[in-house]
Amino acid sequence: MEKNLYGLLAEFDSATELVDAARAVRDAGYTKTDAFTPFPLHEIDEALGIKRSILPYLCFAGGITGMFSGFALQYFVHVIDYPIIVGGRPHISLPAMIPPAYELTILLTAFTAVFGMLFLNGLPRPYHPVFNVPRFALATREKFFLLIESDDEEFEYDVTRRFMEKLEGQQEVFDVPE
Amino acid sequence: MALKEKEKDNVVAGSIEPSKLRQMYRKLVPAMVEGDHTFGTVSDKIGDVTLKKKTPFHWFIGFTIAFMVAQALLFTTVWLLINGIGIWGNNQPVGWAFDIINFVWWIGIGHAGTLISAILLLLNQKWRTSINRFAEAMTLFAVACAAMFPLLHTGRPWLAAYWLFPYPNVMGIWPQFRSPLIWDVFAVSTYATVSLLFWYVGLIPDLATLRDRAKNRFFKFIYSIVCWGWRGSARHWHRYELAYLILAGISTPLVLSVHSIVSLDFSVSQVPGWHATFFPPYFVAGAIYAGFAMVLILCIPLRHWYNMKDFITHTHLIFMGKVMLATGLIVVYSYVMEAFFGWYSASQNEYFMIKNRIWEGPYWWMYWLLILCNGLSIQLIWFKRFRESEFWLFLISIVVSLGMWLERFVIIVTSLNRDFLPSSWANYAPRFFDYSMFIGTIGFFFTLIYLFVRFVPIISIFEVRTLLPAANVHGRQQDFDESVLEVEYTYDRTDPPNRD
Repeated sequence: MEKNLYGLLAEFDSATELVDAARAVRDAGYTKTDAFTPFPLHEIDEALGIKRSILPYLCFAGGITGMFSGFALQYFVHVIDYPIIVGGRPHISLPAMIPPAYELTILLTAFTAVFGMLFLNGLPRPYHPVFNVPRFALATREKFFLLIESDDEEFEYDVTRRFMEKLEGQQEVFDVPE
Repeated sequence: MALKEKEKDNVVAGSIEPSKLRQMYRKLVPAMVEGDHTFGTVSDKIGDVTLKKKTPFHWFIGFTIAFMVAQALLFTTVWLLINGIGIWGNNQPVGWAFDIINFVWWIGIGHAGTLISAILLLLNQKWRTSINRFAEAMTLFAVACAAMFPLLHTGRPWLAAYWLFPYPNVMGIWPQFRSPLIWDVFAVSTYATVSLLFWYVGLIPDLATLRDRAKNRFFKFIYSIVCWGWRGSARHWHRYELAYLILAGISTPLVLSVHSIVSLDFSVSQVPGWHATFFPPYFVAGAIYAGFAMVLILCIPLRHWYNMKDFITHTHLIFMGKVMLATGLIVVYSYVMEAFFGWYSASQNEYFMIKNRIWEGPYWWMYWLLILCNGLSIQLIWFKRFRESEFWLFLISIVVSLGMWLERFVIIVTSLNRDFLPSSWANYAPRFFDYSMFIGTIGFFFTLIYLFVRFVPIISIFEVRTLLPAANVHGRQQDFDESVLEVEYTYDRTDPPNRD
């Protein structure tokens, strides 16, 4: 096994071949795997055994926080810090408080969705070992790649390489230097 | 998507050529991408407009004109900051005029972008895919133009921070949260932020495509920074899609709330002509109507100039025309109801407002021009001949844009110019600086559009890839794949006992 090896990367021409190969890789017991596709491919989640993200729960929490902070802000302003009666309305004019709280709910949900997604994905990360493979530039264009990391418990260079070379539809297997 | 019974019989008899059959199938399930495209050609065709192709000459002409017109905005803003908003024509009793007319007009235009990107995504409408990118860009730029008016109508925008936003300041004062104007601040700023996030998130994978294709080191560097190091990992796509779906889900109530809240600026007041409960849906429908008109105005030239007819097909234009017709009819219904309420309320002031607006007042001709633009011109879309002609769609869209502007003028000015006290009646006439600011924002809008077209992929590349038949994994429901046709074809040719 080479010293500074991040993993092995196999190139595929079509989505179907990639999904079949991903199933084979999972069945062989590899867990530290990843696939790279030029567009979102729903079948790959099941094939690679990707668990559903916690992102929706985070967004829900973000939304609730937004709603409460919206009401809290208005309560603080109109009841605690500067109570003033306008148009004979009560200090806590709940219906009038809805629009700002509603908008803040949406704002914080959206922030959580976007920045939560980037955070969970470990982005921004301008450098990644897979970029060392020149052919990998095609992953954002038309080709499909399957990666097995060298950290994987099952990983053994010769065995894994031979296994990947046998995957159906595979075009080439690359060593990914660290 | 089953073929019609009669056509099925023909298939069984084998009297129809497969090519003819394909045409019949296309009639039932229109193609969202035309021509023979692969993942690679899609990437090249859209990406090269930004990366490789020489900037076309017409781009320079268009950009120069737009940029020159935008100077009117700069000029007006400077003059306004020196002299105050007295340079505009609005005065008592018409205290709100061009500033709010243009604000509502612009923000309405933005709504189509969010509708296309969010609501149509949730409804699984595949035709949104090739128009969402520039529709969202249009939203952003329209909101930027819209925000200019409330900000500058304060006269001293550097003080607007504590008038508009609740932040602890040394004077110890706060905005009034019971006022719809503050709701507006929250709605519009949230809308601008979420639209920007939505647009940018959609761009990330495409920016990565550009990064991997750019030859120029400088641009490669820029693209690798702005795409956050996207590498198309399956785990990333999984969260990405979730985030995109959540954004769509949350943008849907947002977009409906924004123009509703804008309409509350009027309907919470007690002015006859404004004080109406049906304003929120009326405004939202009008916003989508105006917005689709603007999307058509932008995409008809774009698909010609940049040869994007494979992605923005005739079907797309027809669909947009139909959405315009549907929302247009809601708007017409609202006009009828508005007049009906004026009469049915049995309130003297309400009825007088309708009289003043429609036949007795000084602006009666604007009302009828509005009916002509928004109510009558749209009826042409019922006819196939007009619906399928780009020229007519383009023309109708321009007329509708004008009509929607007139609608806001009529709602605002004719409700104010003759108020409860005849002694304070006065007419409104815009002055030079009203016009120069409005025209300036149009120039500003198109300047931004031109820059967008030059530096960012105008169609979402990765989403168009998903429309190609090759994006389907075997066994998956293939809505747009012709293999469905083959299955149906073979099925119909099999003898009934052998069918499975």
